[in-house]
Amino acid sequence: MSNAIVQQRGIGAMIWDYITTVDHKKIAHLYLVAGGLFFLIGGLEALIIRIQLMQPDSNFISAGLYNEMITMHGTTMIFLAAMPLIFALMNAVVPLQIGARDVAFPFLNSLGFWLFLFGGLLLNVSWFTGGAPDAGWTNYAPLSSTSPGHGVDYYVMGLQIAGAGTLIGGINFLVTIINMRAPGMTYMRMPLFTWTTFITSVLILFAFPALTVGLFLMMFDRMFGSAFFDVTAGGNAIIWEHLFWIFGHPEVYILILPVFGAFSDIFSTFSKKRLFGYSAMVFATVLIGFLGFMVWAHHMFTVGLGPIANSIFAVSTMAIAVPTGIKIFNWLFTMWGGSIKLSVAMLWALGFIPTFTIGGMTGVMLGSAAADYQYHDTYFVVAHFHYVIVGGTVFGLFAAMHYWWPKMFGKVLNEKLGHLGFWPFFIGFHLTFFIQHFLGLMGMPRRYWTYFEGQGLATGNLISTIGAFLMAIGTLVFLYNVVYTAIKEPKASADPWDGRTLEWSLPSAPPFYNFKQTPLVRGLDPLWIEKMEGRKGITPAEPLGDIHMPNGSILPFLMSMGLFIAGFGFIYQVDNKLWFIAVAVGMGLFFASMFTRSFKDDLGYHIHKEDLIEKGDGKE
Amino acid sequence: MSERTENVSRHKLNVRKDENKEEMVQQVITFALMILFTLIAFSMVILDISSYFIKPILLLLAGVQVAFQLFYFMHMKNKGHFMPTVIMFGGMTIALATIITFTTIIWW
Amino acid sequence: MSHDDVLNPKHMPHDPEKATLEGKNKFVGFWMFLGGETVLFASLFGTYLALSGSTSGDNTPENLFGLELVFIMTMLLLTSSLTSVYAMYHMKNHDFKKMQLWLGVTVLLGLGFLGCEIYEFYHYIHEYGFTFRSSAFGSGFYTLVGFHGGHVLFGLFWITSLMIRNQKRGLNLYNAPKFYISSLYWHFIDVVWVFIFTVVYLLGKVG
Repeated sequence: MSNAIVQQRGIGAMIWDYITTVDHKKIAHLYLVAGGLFFLIGGLEALIIRIQLMQPDSNFISAGLYNEMITMHGTTMIFLAAMPLIFALMNAVVPLQIGARDVAFPFLNSLGFWLFLFGGLLLNVSWFTGGAPDAGWTNYAPLSSTSPGHGVDYYVMGLQIAGAGTLIGGINFLVTIINMRAPGMTYMRMPLFTWTTFITSVLILFAFPALTVGLFLMMFDRMFGSAFFDVTAGGNAIIWEHLFWIFGHPEVYILILPVFGAFSDIFSTFSKKRLFGYSAMVFATVLIGFLGFMVWAHHMFTVGLGPIANSIFAVSTMAIAVPTGIKIFNWLFTMWGGSIKLSVAMLWALGFIPTFTIGGMTGVMLGSAAADYQYHDTYFVVAHFHYVIVGGTVFGLFAAMHYWWPKMFGKVLNEKLGHLGFWPFFIGFHLTFFIQHFLGLMGMPRRYWTYFEGQGLATGNLISTIGAFLMAIGTLVFLYNVVYTAIKEPKASADPWDGRTLEWSLPSAPPFYNFKQTPLVRGLDPLWIEKMEGRKGITPAEPLGDIHMPNGSILPFLMSMGLFIAGFGFIYQVDNKLWFIAVAVGMGLFFASMFTRSFKDDLGYHIHKEDLIEKGDGKE
Repeated sequence: MSERTENVSRHKLNVRKDENKEEMVQQVITFALMILFTLIAFSMVILDISSYFIKPILLLLAGVQVAFQLFYFMHMKNKGHFMPTVIMFGGMTIALATIITFTTIIWW
Repeated sequence: MSHDDVLNPKHMPHDPEKATLEGKNKFVGFWMFLGGETVLFASLFGTYLALSGSTSGDNTPENLFGLELVFIMTMLLLTSSLTSVYAMYHMKNHDFKKMQLWLGVTVLLGLGFLGCEIYEFYHYIHEYGFTFRSSAFGSGFYTLVGFHGGHVLFGLFWITSLMIRNQKRGLNLYNAPKFYISSLYWHFIDVVWVFIFTVVYLLGKVG
């Protein structure tokens, strides 16, 4: 059942293999490809927005379509691009970093991916069925609850399905990290990326249920005539805003914390130093995670919650600057006096620090409630959150992909092309968004379809659009690099960066059972410790023995497809009750698959000791 | 497996059964208290005791019942429940913040 | 070393639900899930509390709710919690038959609860015209209590399936964790109900 054999069987077998896989490394590939595709779609939407705003009184797209573009750009980028790409990294790296052969729930891991994919597909089908959602990615009621057509229904069902997948993924990583660490891998020896994955998973666990409830209420209001957000029947539109942001604010920390972890690993690897202030970094991560739940109403300062609520949330918001500052300084001190190697991953990490600091600073500005009345809903806000999400998360994803590409695909991405891709993206990014701070301060509101001549906004917008195209060029260079590397580059060694953590003790790419023998961890940066003591590999914690592996399964795919079908049924039963048949069919498929799963024992299989010895170190 | 180890394990099983029984007694006591609290709560409302304290007392009784469920029926007091406890208290913190929000800053 | 030997040892360990890695994972993972469920129900409670004053006509909490039925439902569910504890007690003593017996009682009590709830909803809709759509209070009430009822229904299916599936083969290390987490789920349903009868019904009556 090894990779090589399956690949020889041709494309059909390979697709079947990926649809049924429960191997976390293959699921990482799936997340990466799907998330990457959605990233490109979201990027295309961004370009269309920028072209529309390139000049005053523009008519490139209609106002209605523009609303759909901004909604889908935001929703796609957050839920369907950034999160899955982060999950790709977590899947690829975390089990290797803690010395585990697999994740805790391989079946659920696969289910999480397919739910995300089918949810994302459902959302994007709306483009072809009479209009995408158009109430903004925040989907505020009553704009959303009264939005005509089925666009918002797609938003509700798509995110409900994708969100369930994310929640499952979060629980899976929590249990993996709690239960599956190798002997000696105590909590305070875990690499920072594992730590941030852990805290991120906690945030997912507590944040997504609020979204689930919000989406259910929205679904009931739009499809079944309830009155949650209908003020004429005693409803209250603020309920949506609260539920959305109780989820939404932790969500932005879900996006940023994992890349903080990736940066920590990258800075220490390419500075050839232990991470400065490891325990402070862990503490800061936990603190950010906790505070991330206590600040959501800073998105709602102008709602009119009253001065007391606004003050509390302003103070807690500014408090987050403290642990974030701890992290920034620790990264700087990690590099201080280190022998720095300017690889592409390190370059993205270096670009991140000033960029993210600017984003953090505008964050504190927005956090002062009184001043926020001026900034609210202007391009200043747009500039701020792109500085933290692009300057933080996307830079981090690029850095992490360059760093872990050899572990995921067995080849090092071409460094020259990597440098070549970085600069247009980096310069383009600042060109696009720096000017938007000033556009915002000049009074340009966000989400407006166009602006007039003579308002002094034309030059700034033109510059911004030029920057957006530079970012597109940077992305294309990266894509070219991926193809070029796959064809031209040689196979990578196990440890191309002179790494410090466990994943670099395995061949690139690792065998499907990861560790032939579970490693013994003797401290922070376990591989580095072994290297310093002159050993070649990691000390094993157990003699060579049989390895237990889970069986693949088609059921996650079928379950997700069931919900996908049922989603259509729910959306269209408003028009015609016959669509309830689709609900019944979809839910039937879902529950039948679930039932099969619980009635058919799935005990997995064993790889025998003798086979492991034959295969040498698993490279075959 | 020799006869001696068989005996030892049987002995162990008996010790375990005693422990389990002891825990079961605790749980029956817990159950009796829960029923008692429920009776108090319902009779306070049915007898129409209109006092300033009735709401906090009802909530307190509910809180104690839930603690009984979690710590005794769901064994959260036992060893090996550190992570579940952390996560449950985390969830309850967020839950509390949510409830406070929806009863104070929601526009009326 | 085949699975059968591993999963059916000669001497069952003290905590059969946590004897295998899969069991440990299920145990921790399910607790995590319950942590998430806590936030889910808190959001529903919050929504209900925010909307419980938005009534229409005479259909206020004070007029609608009858405490007799709620009391019976509470007793049924509380008792089912105890019977589920009994089932787990027998699991730890490796007495499969008694475990099945007590699980059966649990399911019956749960069915009784669900029957009462369906009767209650039916009663409100037909006697009072109080529906999901009649007011924001109605939406909030049926969503909160309905979500709980849905959880009960799912729990009944779950426990019954487990009982049927394992009827013939008895307890082993593969199904012990499944029985255990289903009982955790059942207790959690009771936890939610304690808050529902207090916050929705009793505090609703107090006004």
